Amino acid sequence: MKQAVLSFLRGGGSALPGYRLALAATLVWTGFFILLPLSALIIRPWQDGVGAMVAALHDARMFAALWTSFSCAFLAALLNIPLGLLLAWTLVRGDLPGRRVADAVIDLPLALPTAVSGITLATLYGPQGWLGAPLAKLGLVLAYSRTGIVLALMFVGLPFVVRTVEPVLKNLPRDMEEAAVLLGARPWQVVTRVIIAPLLPALLTGFGLALARGVGEYGSVIFIAGNQPFKSEIAPLLIVVRLQEFDYAGATAIALILLLMSLLALVLVSLVRWRLSVWGEQA
Amino acid sequence: MSVRVEHLVRNAPGSARRLLNDVSLDVPRGAFVALVGPSGAGKTTLLRAIAGLDNFEQGALLLDGQPMGSMRDRARKIGFVFQNYALFPHMTVAKNIAFGLDVLPRSERPSRSAIAARVQELLELMQLPDAGASYPARLSGGQRQRVALARALATGPGLLLLDEPFGALDPIVRRSIRSWLKDLHERLGLTTILVTHDQDEAVEIADRIVVMQEGQIVQDAPPEDLNRNPQTPFVMEFLGESSSFSGTVRDGLMVPDEAGILPFSVPDTVPPGPITAMARPYEIQVYTGADLLAAQATVSLVAEGVRNGYRHYRAQLLERSIPFCVPDYTEGRVKYQDSVMLNISRARLFRDGVLCV
Amino acid sequence: MSRYALWAVTWALIVLVLLMSPAVVVAEALKTGLQPALASLSDPDAQAAIWLTLEVTAVSVLVNTLFGILAAWVLTKYRFPGRSALLVLVELPLSISPVVSGLVWLLLFGAQGWWGSVLEQAGIHIAFAVPGIMLATIFVTLPYVVRTLVPLMEQQGRDAEEAAMLAGAGFWNILWRVTLPGARVALFSGILLTTARAMGEFGAVSVVSGHIPGMTETMPLHIESLYNGYQTVAAFSMAALLAGMAMMAVLLRSVPERLARRKEAQA
Repeated sequence: MKQAVLSFLRGGGSALPGYRLALAATLVWTGFFILLPLSALIIRPWQDGVGAMVAALHDARMFAALWTSFSCAFLAALLNIPLGLLLAWTLVRGDLPGRRVADAVIDLPLALPTAVSGITLATLYGPQGWLGAPLAKLGLVLAYSRTGIVLALMFVGLPFVVRTVEPVLKNLPRDMEEAAVLLGARPWQVVTRVIIAPLLPALLTGFGLALARGVGEYGSVIFIAGNQPFKSEIAPLLIVVRLQEFDYAGATAIALILLLMSLLALVLVSLVRWRLSVWGEQA
Repeated sequence: MSVRVEHLVRNAPGSARRLLNDVSLDVPRGAFVALVGPSGAGKTTLLRAIAGLDNFEQGALLLDGQPMGSMRDRARKIGFVFQNYALFPHMTVAKNIAFGLDVLPRSERPSRSAIAARVQELLELMQLPDAGASYPARLSGGQRQRVALARALATGPGLLLLDEPFGALDPIVRRSIRSWLKDLHERLGLTTILVTHDQDEAVEIADRIVVMQEGQIVQDAPPEDLNRNPQTPFVMEFLGESSSFSGTVRDGLMVPDEAGILPFSVPDTVPPGPITAMARPYEIQVYTGADLLAAQATVSLVAEGVRNGYRHYRAQLLERSIPFCVPDYTEGRVKYQDSVMLNISRARLFRDGVLCV
Repeated sequence: MSRYALWAVTWALIVLVLLMSPAVVVAEALKTGLQPALASLSDPDAQAAIWLTLEVTAVSVLVNTLFGILAAWVLTKYRFPGRSALLVLVELPLSISPVVSGLVWLLLFGAQGWWGSVLEQAGIHIAFAVPGIMLATIFVTLPYVVRTLVPLMEQQGRDAEEAAMLAGAGFWNILWRVTLPGARVALFSGILLTTARAMGEFGAVSVVSGHIPGMTETMPLHIESLYNGYQTVAAFSMAALLAGMAMMAVLLRSVPERLARRKEAQA
């Protein structure tokens, strides 16, 4: 223990100057901007007593909202796996015409401010929208329902899957595919047996990132979601509602659960990745 | 399986530069052929063309006298070992080896126990009986090499293609795996084509060596022949260190341009005119006869110690120094003295880039 | 054959899912012509929102770049106990819902927060005011500079820094003349990412802002109130401006890379 503290104070024995100054700055920065607010989030719900917290948890509307957020985020992340794989594949291996344009466009959902994507998606898929109107004629109503939420979350999450898979695919030696072909594997066998498996950790990471992002997403969803309690109300929106009702305990309880859900998603993903790491450097 | 390559031409993708320029090669069943040459000479390109991994613009390729069929026809008849092995990192060693059998359609696939037996048999052949359950990442380079070989052999191919298979191994493992591979080749009755940039390796392992340069085959001969009669100065140099001496053939004598080198007689078949003589260090001798004229004897010697059973020297000519060596066990070691001359009568003679016989 | 089908599917996906949205933004903004769109942007509340957004972005970028550089230095040039915990900590805001990122500041500085009423009595307004918006934006954009710098500086090792130290350079000299020049592309990229995120942040800012037009509305918040007030053209005009600014920042990131590639091609 004493040694750990000494090592912490000395920068692990490196003689490079500036350690203490930079460390102090880092600690002040992360301490004030991350640790302090997060500890408020963790401590605050219990300040009104355990009773208040239990009461806050006894809220069917809250659970409905959390379930909406989680299930929609899960579905959207899941649907993004094949789409992201397809995009990454055609970008890296498919000699796609207009590859550079496509490559730049992939990041669009990340670059677009969430409020902008929110009103855009609502307009696009709304009953009078470019895509919404023809689909409504076919009897498919997308906006103002959970379908709308899933659509918005897919839009937001797609770059995560593409961008985590892409570099791994790029580094995947082509000779592995050639070896499989020379051993008699057909194209679909090459994909399922030789390519998917090494990409699995990356796909999983992309899925986890998209899920974690989707669970907490606010701006791009609320305009298209409809926001009906128990039906299409997402958890982050309920936080805002509770705050407007000055119900800090309720809002904080949801926030805490939301935070735990995102973190759990990321932890689970890294656990699975770690399990897969027996494959060696690829994982 | 015999391989016949006829006038193969392959361009670099999207350009007119030729990676293979009219290459013809005939490999009979059971042969062990090494493709050698500097990097960029087209060795790997040729090997990949034979495997069907790359297409070519012109020419023909016959396996057992037949034109190549589809990839799937050919797949199991050709074993290919990649330079970096290309093992599947997410499969165990056993799964890697069994891959070519596992992907067969159900009607052709051997039973699970038959596959397991085949894998075990190969593992034992590769001297890795216990490695089946490990993942490739856990193996050493030499072991990975052998797993890659086992995977290539699992479907019982008649032709084995190896692309720089020893490149990533340390020298000791390299040497042992080399002789083991030669033994395997004979035991399984394979036809083997090996790509290497290491001429010593090729000489040791193959019974025929094909030297490539700039997309063309410059010489195709058994190792001894190659050493004795290199067709071009490039082959001569590629096979080992050598020094070249320019001179003129006059009255049946080759007269070197530089002072300090003895003229020597050449066969009558060599017409008079300028010529280049090339000799390896161990072919250069020192002449210290009493009849040396002081004016001619401009060569001084510097000893450079003993390596690999040879005593090495450097002969200082006017403008350059020539390395040569003598076996360490010979009597009467070369003395340090100023008045010597070099005798290069064992040199090969080249004119216009071609060997003179 | 199958290759063409694959290309067609990919492009259909890109156009339908990705390219459609900016097209909608522009189309909706210009629905009644260019003039009303520009006029809506010169509205005083719109002007105030633009200025506030620029202000908040500048502060966030400044804070997170300065501290991000120092943190990246500590995290990559030294091995000390607690390093991996610190690495996780700086990435944490990425996985926190924007609404929660705003809420935490209310818990500290809101009327019912820990220090809110005390500060309020002292005349310091943080929640539902500009400082709260800045705090929330700094929190949300905190990871970007560090996380683009860390992988690169890690890969560069510390040979160059140690050589500089042995040549007699002090901390600031090493940082300024050795480390940062080697990492300037990554730094540039991190700063631009921070900029794009800071300008576009909506959820977190929405929670801590009082939504007072002309006072505490940033561009995204102003877009929301315009949209909810059925001022579609004004909303999408502002959206087009904001999206243009954010995307410009993201696209600029590839400029140094392209310059380097061109230089390489010439050499």
